[in-house]
Amino acid sequence: MSATIDKSPAPARRFAGLRREIRGMRAVMPFVLIFAAFVLLALLAPLVAPLDPNSQNLLGRLKPPGTTARGIFYLLGTDNLGRDLLSRLIYGARISLSVAILSVVLSGTAGTILGMAAGLARGWTETVIMRLADIVLSVPAVLLAIIMVAVLGPGFANVVLVLALTRWPRYARVAYGQTLSVANMPYVRLARFMGAKTPRILLIHILPNIIGAIIVVATLEFGLMVLFEAGLSFLGLGVQPPTPSWGAMLSTGRAYVATAWWIAAFPGACLFLLILSVNLIGDHLRDRLDPKSR
Amino acid sequence: MTESSQILAVEGLTTRIGVNAVVDGVSLAVNSGEVVALVGESGCGKSLTALSIMGLHPAAARIGGGSVRLDGDDLLRFSEKQLRGIRGKTLSMIFQEPVASLDPLMRVGEQVAESLVVHGVASKSEAESRAIDMLEKVGIPDPAARARQYPAELSGGMCQRVMIACALIARPRLLIADEPTTALDVTIQAQILALMKELRREIRTAILLITHDMGVVADIADRVCVMYAGRIVESGDVASIFAQPSHPYTRLLLATIPKLSGTRKTRLNAIEGSVPDVSDWPVGCRFRTRCPLADDACEKMPPDFSVSGDDTHRAACWHIDRLSEMDAMGEMA
Repeated sequence: MSATIDKSPAPARRFAGLRREIRGMRAVMPFVLIFAAFVLLALLAPLVAPLDPNSQNLLGRLKPPGTTARGIFYLLGTDNLGRDLLSRLIYGARISLSVAILSVVLSGTAGTILGMAAGLARGWTETVIMRLADIVLSVPAVLLAIIMVAVLGPGFANVVLVLALTRWPRYARVAYGQTLSVANMPYVRLARFMGAKTPRILLIHILPNIIGAIIVVATLEFGLMVLFEAGLSFLGLGVQPPTPSWGAMLSTGRAYVATAWWIAAFPGACLFLLILSVNLIGDHLRDRLDPKSR
Repeated sequence: MTESSQILAVEGLTTRIGVNAVVDGVSLAVNSGEVVALVGESGCGKSLTALSIMGLHPAAARIGGGSVRLDGDDLLRFSEKQLRGIRGKTLSMIFQEPVASLDPLMRVGEQVAESLVVHGVASKSEAESRAIDMLEKVGIPDPAARARQYPAELSGGMCQRVMIACALIARPRLLIADEPTTALDVTIQAQILALMKELRREIRTAILLITHDMGVVADIADRVCVMYAGRIVESGDVASIFAQPSHPYTRLLLATIPKLSGTRKTRLNAIEGSVPDVSDWPVGCRFRTRCPLADDACEKMPPDFSVSGDDTHRAACWHIDRLSEMDAMGEMA
C-alpha cells in the first residue's frame, strides 16, 4: 500500500464549495465591495489622498464641496482650518479600521482563550473568569471606556487597549458556551480517551469547532468598535488632533452644521456606510456559520 | 479457546454511586484473541463496568473494591497519567455513536492516526500512512482518498469502520466495544461484526463486547457473561449458554430473540417489567422480583453454581434443577 497521496481530485469539484459560497454571497456583495473599498482607501491613503490631510489653507476655510480655491480643487470641500475634507476622510479610515481591527483581534483572542479555559476547566477557574465577564458586561461599555481613557489618557494605543479590555467578555461568553457543548461531544471524549492532552484537545478538537461562532461575534463587534472609536474621538478621548478621525471630524462639524453641513455630513456618511456593510456581512456570516440558524 | 494468556482479569469489581453498589463484585476474564460478551438490559450496570475497567467512570462513581488486571497490572492502582499512557495504545475502545465520535472538522486519516501521534509512537507522516493501511484493513475502498475526507462525507457504517480503525491502529491488547452496532442498521451490523471477527484474529486483540443483543452475542462471542442488577448471574461458553441457559434471566433473555418459526399471531416475547432502580434492588437474588421460579429460598443471595461440572459454565440461581418448569409455563411473558 503506497502512502503517497494522490493530490489531483478533479480541481473543478474541489472548488465547487467555494463557488457555491460566493454565489450565496450575492445579496451582501455590494457591502463586501464597500467594505473592501474602505480597506483599500485606508491601505493606499498616501497614494489616493489628493492632499496632505493636515495642511491648512486658512484662506480657503469652510469651502463647500466642489470649490476650487487658489488653484486647488476640493471635491468634498474644506473644514474650519481649510484642510481638504476628502483627504482627511481617507486618512480617517486608517484610524477607524486599525482601531477596530486591533481591538477586535485583542479582545477576541483574550476572550476566546479565557472562555475556552472556563468551559474546559470548570470549577473555580470557570467561576472567576465568567463572573468577571459578567461584572465587565454589567457596566455600560461606553461609560467604562470613558472612565478608563480618562484615567489612562487619550491616544491610539490606549483606545485600543480600553476597547479590548471592555469587549473581551462578549467573546468569552460565546467561547465558554460553545466549549461547554463541544467538550461533551463524543469525539472530544474519544480524543481524550485516546490519550490527547488538554492543549491538543483545545487547539485541535475544540477551537476549530467553535471558531465559526467567534468569527460571527467578531464581525458584529467590528462595527461596534468603529462606532466606539468615533464616539471616543467625538468626546475628545480618542486619537488626538491633528490626526484625522471620523469621530473628531463629526465633533468639529457639529459647531458648523448650520453654515457648513459637509464637515459633519461626510464623516457621518462614511461611518454609516462602513458600519452598515460590516454588520450586514456579519449577519450573512451568522446565517452561514451558526448551526442554529441554518 | 485456548487458555493461553489471560489479558484482562477482573476480580470482585465494585463501583458505588452514593451508597449503592451499581457494579457489585463483578468478576470476568478475557483471554488473548477471545471475544467475551457482557450482556444485560439497560440499567443493569454493564456500561459502568466497562467504564470502571478503563478508569472512565463518572465523577459521582467510586470504585469500592476489587482488581482489574490488564496483563497482570492492576489498573485500579494506576494514576491518571499512567492510564493515559495505555489508553488508545494497549487498551482501546469503540463507542456507541460512530458519527458523533468523529471530529466533524478533522480529516478521517488524521483521526485514525491520532492515537499513534499523541502517544508518540510514529511521526505524523508515518502515522498517516499507517492510518491509510488501517482504513484498507477495515474494508474502506480507496482508503487514500477517504483519508482526506471529512466524517460528514461518510455513511454511518463507514464511520463505524473508521472508529474501529481508530481503536485498532495501535494494535491494542484489549478492545472494549460498547454497543458497537446498536446505532447501525441490520445489514451494516452484520458487516461490522464480521469485520471485528476478522480483525481480532489478525491483530490478536481480545475483545470485551458490551451489548444487550443476544443475536450479536451468538454471532461473535466466544464466551458470555450475563449481567443483572450489578452482578454476573451466569457465565460460560457461548455454545453452552445457548444450549443450556441455566439462570432464569438468561432463559428469558434468549426467549426474547424473535423466531422465524412462529405464526403471524405469535407475540414477541418480552421480560415483564424492567431492572429495578439501584435503590430498591431486592435482598437476596436480585432477579426474584421478576423471576417465575422465585420462592423463599431466593431471599438469600445464591452463590455461583457450576453447571458444567468443570467451572467453565456457572450460574447464580438456587433453582437450576427446576429450570424445566419454566418451559412448562409455556409462553412466559
